[in-house]
Amino acid sequence: MAKMSKRSVGRRGFLKGAAAGAAVIAAGPAAPAQAPASAPSGRPAALPPSPAQRAAETLPPAAEDIQIVERPGADYMVDVFHALGLEYLFATPGSSFRGIHESVINHGGNRPEFITCMHEECSVAMANGYAKVEGKPALVCAHGTVGVQHAAMAIYNAYCDQAPVILVAGNISDAAERRGRVEWLHAVQDVGATVREYTKWDDSPASLTHFGESAVRAYQLAMTPPTMPVLLAADGVLQESPAPADFDWRIPKLPKITAPAGDPAAVAELARMLVAAENPLFVASRSARTPDGLTRLIELAETLQAGVIDQQRRMNFPTRHPLNQTQRARAAVADADLIVGLEVYDFYGVVHALGGQVRVIPRTITKAGAKLVSISSSDLFYKSNYQNFQRYQELDLSIPADAEATMPALIESVKRLLTDDRKRAFQARGAKLAEASRQALEQARLAASYGWDASPVATARLSAEIWAQIKNEDWSLVSDTFWVSNWPLRLWDLNKHYHFLGGAGGEGVGYLAPAALGAAIANKKYGRLSVSIQSDGDLMMANGVLWTSAHHRIPLLTIMHNNRAYHQEIMQLQRVANQHNRGVDIDKCKIGTAIENPNIDYAKLAQSMGVRAEGPISDPKDLGAAIRRGIQVAKRGEPYLIDVVTQPR
Amino acid sequence: MRIIVALMAVVAAGFVVGQSKSGNAENGKKLFVKFGCYTCHGYQGQGGGAGAKLAPKPLALAALIAYVRHPSGSMPPFTDKVVTDAQLADIHAFLASVPAPPAVKQIPLLNQ
Repeated sequence: MAKMSKRSVGRRGFLKGAAAGAAVIAAGPAAPAQAPASAPSGRPAALPPSPAQRAAETLPPAAEDIQIVERPGADYMVDVFHALGLEYLFATPGSSFRGIHESVINHGGNRPEFITCMHEECSVAMANGYAKVEGKPALVCAHGTVGVQHAAMAIYNAYCDQAPVILVAGNISDAAERRGRVEWLHAVQDVGATVREYTKWDDSPASLTHFGESAVRAYQLAMTPPTMPVLLAADGVLQESPAPADFDWRIPKLPKITAPAGDPAAVAELARMLVAAENPLFVASRSARTPDGLTRLIELAETLQAGVIDQQRRMNFPTRHPLNQTQRARAAVADADLIVGLEVYDFYGVVHALGGQVRVIPRTITKAGAKLVSISSSDLFYKSNYQNFQRYQELDLSIPADAEATMPALIESVKRLLTDDRKRAFQARGAKLAEASRQALEQARLAASYGWDASPVATARLSAEIWAQIKNEDWSLVSDTFWVSNWPLRLWDLNKHYHFLGGAGGEGVGYLAPAALGAAIANKKYGRLSVSIQSDGDLMMANGVLWTSAHHRIPLLTIMHNNRAYHQEIMQLQRVANQHNRGVDIDKCKIGTAIENPNIDYAKLAQSMGVRAEGPISDPKDLGAAIRRGIQVAKRGEPYLIDVVTQPR
Repeated sequence: MRIIVALMAVVAAGFVVGQSKSGNAENGKKLFVKFGCYTCHGYQGQGGGAGAKLAPKPLALAALIAYVRHPSGSMPPFTDKVVTDAQLADIHAFLASVPAPPAVKQIPLLNQ
C-alpha cells in the first residue's frame, strides 16, 4: 500500500530544500558571519553556518514540505525489470533516474545488478555485447538528455547490429517539478526524439500503468526480429512519487516471443531452386540469432552439400567445417548458380566488386544467370534517414522473414525433394568443396608464416599465439577481428555460437572495449574465458571500462593490438594523396592519425584503474608466457591486460 | 625472337621472381616506410588483410614497377612523380632481402 506521510521530504519538498541550500551556499562566501578560521595545516576550516542555514536547520519546516514516500513508483518500475528478467543495469549514475537507482538498490536488492559505467556510450555498448552472448537485452539507464546524447553512437551501433537493448531515460516532464537550472537543462519535451531514427520504438509513459505496459511492449518489440534497441522515458516525478493508493501493481504478461518465418509457398519455391541448383551457395551475416541458428545452417548446408560463406556478423557457421568457403569467398560467389543470403544486409556487396580509384566502379562478380534469393528480417523494418540498408540489389526471390526461424521448414522442404541422383551429385559437390576448404586453410597457414618473427609483432603471429593458449579452454572471442586481418577467423577452430560475436554494427569506434566487457559479463556465469584483441584507438575512446572491469571483477583477458595509430585513416590519407598525384611522406601521413609521441603505456593505464597488466611486448617470443599469465588471472575471475606492439594490420 | 617476346610477356605479367640488379636494400627498407608501403603490406612485406604479400620472393622489378604504376583493387597508384623507378628498385632490393620464414610444418603454432 503506497503511503506518503507528512514530516518527510517528498520530491518537491526535497527540491525546494536543496534549492534553498544552493542559494545559501551561493550567498555564503560573499557574506560570511565571520572570517573563516584556518586549520593548523593551513587548510581553511569549515565555514560557520550562516543565519539562513541556521534557520533552515533549526526552525520547524512548513508542514507541506515534509513528506515520506514509502512505495515510490520506481519500486514498480523495478518490479517490471525483474519480471522481464533483466539481469544487469548498465549506467553512469544520473539524477533524472535516481528514483530507479535507489529502488534497484533498496527495493530490488541490487537486481538488475548495477554495473557502474564511466560513459553512457559504454553502457549501451556493454549491453550490446551482453545481448550477443545471452540472446536477450540488458537494461541501460541514462539521463534523457545528456546521457542519451552520449549514448547515441552506441545506440546506432546496436541498431545496425540488430542487438536488443532496453534503454530507460530519466526525464522530468512537468516543468513545475524541475528544481533549478540543471533540471531544466536536463529536461526534454520528447525524450525519444534524439535517437528515434535508430531505435525500433520509444514511449514516454505518463503513469505507472502506462510504464508497465510500455516496458513489456518495449521488451517484446526489442526481441522480435529484427531485434533492436528500444527506449522508454522514466518520468522523475513518476519514479519518486508514491504509487496511487488504488494502483494495481500487477505487471502485464510478457508473451512467448516467436520469430516470423518465411511464407510457406516461398520456402517451397526456394527448396526447389536449391535442390535443382548445380552450385548453390549460402551467405550468412546475422543468421545465427541464437545457438540454434548455427546448428540449423549446418544441417541445411550438409543436406545439400552446399558451400557457406560466413560474413561473421555473428558466429553462423564453423570455421573449419568442410563446406565453409569463407576464405575463398569471391571464387565461391563466381562459381555459384544460386546464392541465398541469410540476414545479409549488404547483398550488393556480396555480388559486386567495387573498383575505381576515385569514382566507384562496381563490377558484377557472379556468373551469368545466377539466381539471387534473400531471407532477411531486415526487410520487415527499415527507417529512411540513416543509410544502413545499403545499395539496392536486384533479386529473384525475397523472403522477408527471420532466417533462423525459416530454416526448419526449408530443411524439411529440401529433404522431401531429395532423390538418389541428386544425393549423389551433392556428395560429389561436397567433396570438391571440402578439398577447396582444406586448401584455403593451408593457404592461410602459409600466409600466416610470413613475418612470423617480425617485431612489431605480426597480427598472424599474435593470433596464433593466443589460439595455442586458449584452444583447450571454454573460450569466447569477444572482440572483432577485422583490425587484425581476421586471422583468428582464418586460423582458429570456431564452432560454438559464443566463439565469435561480430563487430560494431554501425562501425562506430569506441564499441570494441565496452562491448567486449559486456560480453564477458554474460560469459562469466558460464565460466567461459573471454578474450579480446583490443585496438588501441578504440580503447582510448572508452578506457573507463578498465576501471569497470576491475571494480566489478569481470574476467576478461584483453590483448592489445597496439599499432599506435588510427591506422585505417593513415591508409585513407595515403590513398587520397596518391589520387591527387602528390603522395605523402609517412611523417606527414601521421599528422592527425598517429597515436605516438608520447606512446601510450596501456599496461600502466590499466594498472592505474586496478587491472593487472603487463607490456608493452614487441618480441613475439615473449607472448606465449604472457598470455598464460593472463589466462591464470582471468580464470581467477579478474581482468588482465597485455599490451602488444603490433604490425599495422 | 619469339623466345624474347614470350619472356618479356611473362615479366610484364609479373610471374618471374627477380633480384634487383642495382637496388640498395638498406635504402629500400627506409623508403618502404617513408612511402607508407608498410601500412598495408606490413614492415616485412608479409601482407595481410589490407595488402598483398610482397616478400619474401617479390615480383620481378619490372612487374613490380608496372603494378605500382597501374594497380588494381584498393591500392592507390604511385606515379613516377611520387616514387621514382630508382627508388622502387631500392624497395625491390629490400623485399628481395627479406629471408624466407620457416616452413609451416616447422611452426607448431600453425599446425593446431
